[in-house]
Amino acid sequence: MTALAALVRRDIKIALRVGGGALIGVLFFLTVVVLMPFALGPDLALLARLGPAILWLGALLASLLTLDRLFMADHDDGSLDLIVMSRTPLELSCAAKALAHWLAAGLPLIIATPVMGLLLNLDGASTMAVALTLFVGTPALTFTGMIGAALAVTLHRGGLLLAVLVLPLSIPVLIFGVAASQAAITGPLSFGTPFSILCALSLVSFVIGPFAAAASLRHGLD
Amino acid sequence: MRLLGRGVSCVRGGREVFSGLDFEASSGEALAVTGPNGSGKTSLLRLTAGLLAVSGGSIGLEGGEVELTLPEQAHYLGHRDALKPALSVAENLIFWRDFLGGEPFDAGKSLAAVGLDHAARLPAAYLSAGQRRRLSIARLLAVRRPVWLLDEPTNALDTAGQKLFAGLMGDHLSQGGLIIAATHAPLGVQARELRIGGAA
Repeated sequence: MTALAALVRRDIKIALRVGGGALIGVLFFLTVVVLMPFALGPDLALLARLGPAILWLGALLASLLTLDRLFMADHDDGSLDLIVMSRTPLELSCAAKALAHWLAAGLPLIIATPVMGLLLNLDGASTMAVALTLFVGTPALTFTGMIGAALAVTLHRGGLLLAVLVLPLSIPVLIFGVAASQAAITGPLSFGTPFSILCALSLVSFVIGPFAAAASLRHGLD
Repeated sequence: MRLLGRGVSCVRGGREVFSGLDFEASSGEALAVTGPNGSGKTSLLRLTAGLLAVSGGSIGLEGGEVELTLPEQAHYLGHRDALKPALSVAENLIFWRDFLGGEPFDAGKSLAAVGLDHAARLPAAYLSAGQRRRLSIARLLAVRRPVWLLDEPTNALDTAGQKLFAGLMGDHLSQGGLIIAATHAPLGVQARELRIGGAA
């Protein structure tokens, strides 16, 4: 346990320090959401209707932007070798890294969501609904994205490849995330159904993500 | 404890680097792997560390802890330092101690052993190549592992650093550890030579 806690602490510390990149995701999220009303024009009803979709797209792209750092830095400086050799199972180390990444890069997106909701003419309850779906759904984005990050690190310079690999995996999360938010705002569907499926997607990714990433790292080391 | 390699061969990128290599090292013994550039010294260390798949033969540890694999009982000191530039010298060392499961210790003392105590709070980004190497060596001392796999360990170290490291290797050997080092320069401790590749 101390090993995993040390890994989580270290990754968060690095992400929050100069050049760590935790803020890049939030800034990108902010840019996407701020620009959208300008592109769509001053139709408040339209903005409110598109709001959840825009917030979800922004969060998805922002988390994709920072995912390639998940294993790349550790691979480049040799830390990954030591992590693979250590007595801590690689699957758990992968899960710890993903958790740290979500805490440093995913959680700030959710904290920023209420502010973004204001820009998109969402009322308080709607914003809370979107924030709740993001809170439940973004871990799934991180844990499935981790598989792509692990594959990309074994194929050198796979930055763009990561996006191509990860995007199809994140489509279900996007569909049910937006569906749950829309259901909470406009109906007629009940909020519970898509929200439960979103929770299920996250839980499945917690199980599959670390194993797939660890297998890919083990196989691809050179 | 005995590290045994039997008929080990290594294929990288479709090219055979070496094949049918036999080697062994017992407790208290150092093995210096020598050979020309590209003969597979680093590959041999990475095979032993479990970081490359063995394409033929086997490498095993006899008389170690039964429940642990060879890589789990080994330290690997490679070309890359595994240091994070954003963390301070002490933070880097303490992280590896915690992650690799070392005993709690006074980080200052460990750093003093490699002559880095004055720089404990400095971000690792500002270290010179030799200082980075010293910090990596401090990791070997912070966590006890019987097998040391060293890739060009004395690279970038100054004369005093080489002497210091030779002393540390001597201590490790006298405590029953074993060392496999890929090297061009003399190690500074009594070592058997394992030559791979053609004549240099």
